[in-house]
Amino acid sequence: MIKLEGINKTYFGAQPLHVLKGIDLNVEEGELVSIMGASGSGKSTLLNILGILDNYDEGNYYLAGKLVKNLTENQAAEFRNRFIGFIFQSFNLIPFKTAVENVALPLFYQGVPRKKRNQMALEYLDRFGLKDWADHYPNELSGGQKQRVSIARALVTSPKIILADEPTGALDSKTSVEVMKILREVNASGITMIIVTHERGIANLTNKIVHLKDGVIENIKENNLGSIDLERDVK
Amino acid sequence: MIDIDNINEIWQTIARNKTRSILTAFGVFWGIFILVILLSCGNGFKNGMMRQIEGFATNSAFVFTMPTTEAYKGYQKGRQWEFEMSDIQSIKNNVKGIDIITPVTSIYTYNGDNNVFYSTKGGSFGIKGVSPEYNEVERSKLLYGRFINETDIVEGRKVCVIGKKVYEDIIGLDKNPVGLMIKARGIYYQVVGVVQTYNENVMINGNLNETVLLPLTTMQKAYNLGDKFELLVFTAAKGSNIKDLQESVKDIIKERHDISPTDNEAVMSVDFEQLFKVFEALFTGIAVLIWIVGIGTLMSGVVGVSNIMLVTIKERTREIGIRRALGAKPSLIIKQILEESLLLTVLAGIVGLMIGVAIMAVVANFVNISSEDAVMFVEPNISFVTAISATVIIVLSGLLAGILPAKRATQIKAIDAIREE
Ligand SMILES: Nc1ncnc2c1ncn2[C@@H]1O[C@H](COP(=O)(O)OP(=O)(O)O)[C@@H](O)[C@H]1O
Ligand SMILES: [Mg+2]
Repeated sequence: MIKLEGINKTYFGAQPLHVLKGIDLNVEEGELVSIMGASGSGKSTLLNILGILDNYDEGNYYLAGKLVKNLTENQAAEFRNRFIGFIFQSFNLIPFKTAVENVALPLFYQGVPRKKRNQMALEYLDRFGLKDWADHYPNELSGGQKQRVSIARALVTSPKIILADEPTGALDSKTSVEVMKILREVNASGITMIIVTHERGIANLTNKIVHLKDGVIENIKENNLGSIDLERDVK
Repeated sequence: MIDIDNINEIWQTIARNKTRSILTAFGVFWGIFILVILLSCGNGFKNGMMRQIEGFATNSAFVFTMPTTEAYKGYQKGRQWEFEMSDIQSIKNNVKGIDIITPVTSIYTYNGDNNVFYSTKGGSFGIKGVSPEYNEVERSKLLYGRFINETDIVEGRKVCVIGKKVYEDIIGLDKNPVGLMIKARGIYYQVVGVVQTYNENVMINGNLNETVLLPLTTMQKAYNLGDKFELLVFTAAKGSNIKDLQESVKDIIKERHDISPTDNEAVMSVDFEQLFKVFEALFTGIAVLIWIVGIGTLMSGVVGVSNIMLVTIKERTREIGIRRALGAKPSLIIKQILEESLLLTVLAGIVGLMIGVAIMAVVANFVNISSEDAVMFVEPNISFVTAISATVIIVLSGLLAGILPAKRATQIKAIDAIREE
């Protein structure tokens, strides 16, 4: 599903910062992978490249067999819209849109008619127990609810991959567990998922843990979960 | 392409960010509002001015006598002279293109003594000798009876038509004046009609409302004026030029009264067309000025919209970035920002237009009620065409205002929204 070959990325600020120094990584379809590392180790940078939100300087990135390199803005938009679902630490919901409108927005960019997309959005909200909150604005929702709305938004286009950058970073531990439960369920339905986190507890709930350090992959650990008890094993 | 879905999306953005939208749109609202108010007021003054000269045939001129300024054919300069009745016929015979030509003569009350009486009640009024055609030059509303007719002239009847004020002052509004006898300068005349002027501001030898009109022939006989008169009024027939006519008339008059052809002051004339043109030029100038000021105000509104949108685009980095991350193409973002600007501007403009028109309608109503002869300010409103042009300008401004913000918006990348901190 995802294949990275020697990805390099430098930020050219006041002082050039070589953040990714040759990343090689394979992620198969249906995998649940976490990327761990200290703050500033380049996790988000890597995820943004995977999400075609940012570009890279060297190497090759294949997404579903296609080389993702030097795309035009339109091609990138198309890719993001069709292939990728994003989940962010700070949710990134549009404040003046209701939950259902936020979830329906990616479908608007696909040209899905209003009735249809609102109905689809509602189905996804319902799936995460938010049907009654559909007409509420983000500031009327709790953190956990907001993250569930953004998960619904990420899923509504039936993407191939979900990219989550610290999805539990703004949530308390109880809510974090709930969200992870949902993400695991989503993954179980066959969607490839990559979660960036700096919390060991969260990483431990994934099947493969990629450790990032100083711009290179330090190690990749298989994490055989078997049947775990979420409530007990997190933190 | 009209895309309801897209318009809904834009409308939502505008409607759910009310304060921002109102702030943005206010400049355009204000610009259009001011433009409408100014244009309406301009029109109001123009209409008021035009009403002042209304009631006069605009293609009319009057000719009057002045002392000669050149010696000619044995006459000294400085000679006083007067029109004669035969002048009329001679002009009719020799000048083509005159529609109506009519003589007028007046007796004034210099000291304000009462000169017109009904029984014992008197007043000080002008007395004017005219022929039936006079009614077509200085138009008036007939309140009672009839105007002076041809028979009055031919027979030299002792009848009169009185102005409204004369009727009010010496007879009284409660009495039907027709058939009553009034005394003017010691001679009795039977009242056959009452007239009211359409216009108190432009007059020929005094306000018609304060005048007793006699058949010219009657007046000449009664006050020993011979067949002389002092003022010649004529109108141009369709297709002929009042300026040229004046020259022809003057030439004939000069010849008939032994006045030097080069004497430019002995025969004077004034025409209303000239007056009209002056007014028209004046108001065209005012209108141009108003448009300049109005468009200027509007343009500053447009710049305001553009500016505020630019600032809000910065504030909306996150929103736009999220949209981009979710798959909005740059062209769609451009389209949305342009359409936002357009919708905002058009809404604000239309509201400004309507409120401006509504306020001026109230003002117009108020002006109409407060004085029925409201002369300075009449029908202060804008024409349909003006409203349409204003709307077109609004639409163009909307697009114009959106260009810079739209360009700025496309520079926002998805990554800009996603970046934490
Ligand atoms: N747009 C940018 N310009 C310059 N430096 C950046 C930019 N984004 C991130 N960085 C720097 O790159 C490094 C890696 O950032 P990031 O990928 O966000 O780390 P992480 O998500 O692992 O905490 C940090 O030192 C950060 O300050
Ligand atoms: Mg990060």
